[in-house]
Amino acid sequence: MAKVKMSKKATSIDMTAMCDVAFLLLTFFILTATAKSPEPLPVDTPSSTVQTKLPETDLAIITVGKNNNEDQVFYGLKGKELRIKTLEFMAQKYNISFTDEEIAQFALIEEFGVPIEALKQVLAMKNSDRIKQGVQTGIPTDSINNQLKDWVYTSRQANAELKDEDLKFAIKGDAKELYPRIQKIMDMLQDQDVNSFNLVTGLRGKDY
Amino acid sequence: MAELNTGDGGGKKGSKKVRSKKSNSKVDLTAMVDLAFLLITFFMLTTSLSKPQSMDLGLPDKKKDPNEKEDDIKVDQVRTVTIILGKDNKIKWFHGLLESPEPGGAPADGTYGKNGIRKELLKRVTSIPQATGSKEKGMIVIIKPTKKSTYRNLVDILDEMAICNVPTYAIVNDITPEEQKLVDEMNK
Repeated sequence: MAKVKMSKKATSIDMTAMCDVAFLLLTFFILTATAKSPEPLPVDTPSSTVQTKLPETDLAIITVGKNNNEDQVFYGLKGKELRIKTLEFMAQKYNISFTDEEIAQFALIEEFGVPIEALKQVLAMKNSDRIKQGVQTGIPTDSINNQLKDWVYTSRQANAELKDEDLKFAIKGDAKELYPRIQKIMDMLQDQDVNSFNLVTGLRGKDY
Repeated sequence: MAELNTGDGGGKKGSKKVRSKKSNSKVDLTAMVDLAFLLITFFMLTTSLSKPQSMDLGLPDKKKDPNEKEDDIKVDQVRTVTIILGKDNKIKWFHGLLESPEPGGAPADGTYGKNGIRKELLKRVTSIPQATGSKEKGMIVIIKPTKKSTYRNLVDILDEMAICNVPTYAIVNDITPEEQKLVDEMNK
């Protein structure tokens, strides 16, 4: 009998404190969580020591990166209403009609990069398929067919209609991207009198 | 502490009661802790704790009408430092005019970072207002990225501006023929 008692004592540790800590951390992480959405075009942003944070609302992000050695531009908008409204304006402009389901699906997409003609097909895809590399080919930005410009214009229009605030723009460029690419985007924004924008950067170590 | 007291309080037979109480008093928390840590791991990996950082960049208005008269602002050449960004993280910089640079400011190669261009910039951030005699007339840095420079170079140099507290800086896209010679030399 005495032996059995001994072994019992040794096997069970008091988990109360550990449990407390675990749940404290869990609560913290749940409360601070903003789910990270997978990026269809991953870019390696350059780092900087600047501490300003990116605004969370009224923001459009232009992602410039490389995929399969091809320069691609993706566009992302924050906020469901803004996305819906922007798509509405774009549909008018390009004479494409979207069904309610497609509009609802578009409202959930953080970032996309397809010509508007192919948007329907992408919207019909599953979420997991959509973010696969090579599925989305980037938004055309050349001078003949500058859809990015239209997206920028319509989203500004949409934001102006929804809120009083001006839409802010952020450029998220890949560090290895050559300057003329970025310059083109900046020029495009400047042509529309968007003269102030954010460059998305990562954090740099203290000893730089 | 958080121990469940399930045994009935009125202990009649001392030793026996105590033992039964001990075995009942603790709930096995192992499974609960397991679950908690599983969830913690999940939330840690799925959250992006910090928002991405960003650098504010303001550019001047673009002149839409090419016939519009450019309002040239004459700036003291003592105040201007030009930095040309080349390929393979190379930098050329000079102080003043290219033809007649300020003392110690002849076109030179530079590197990014603490021991490179920053030393020169920091020196001039303090020396230029002293030379011009007023605090409002501080340094003006003209950043000229060439076609071969990367986006990282641009961000690095803008970061340098922020670190050195350069009062005025501008990104200029046109490169003069004389400067083009420097660029060709650097980018060859």
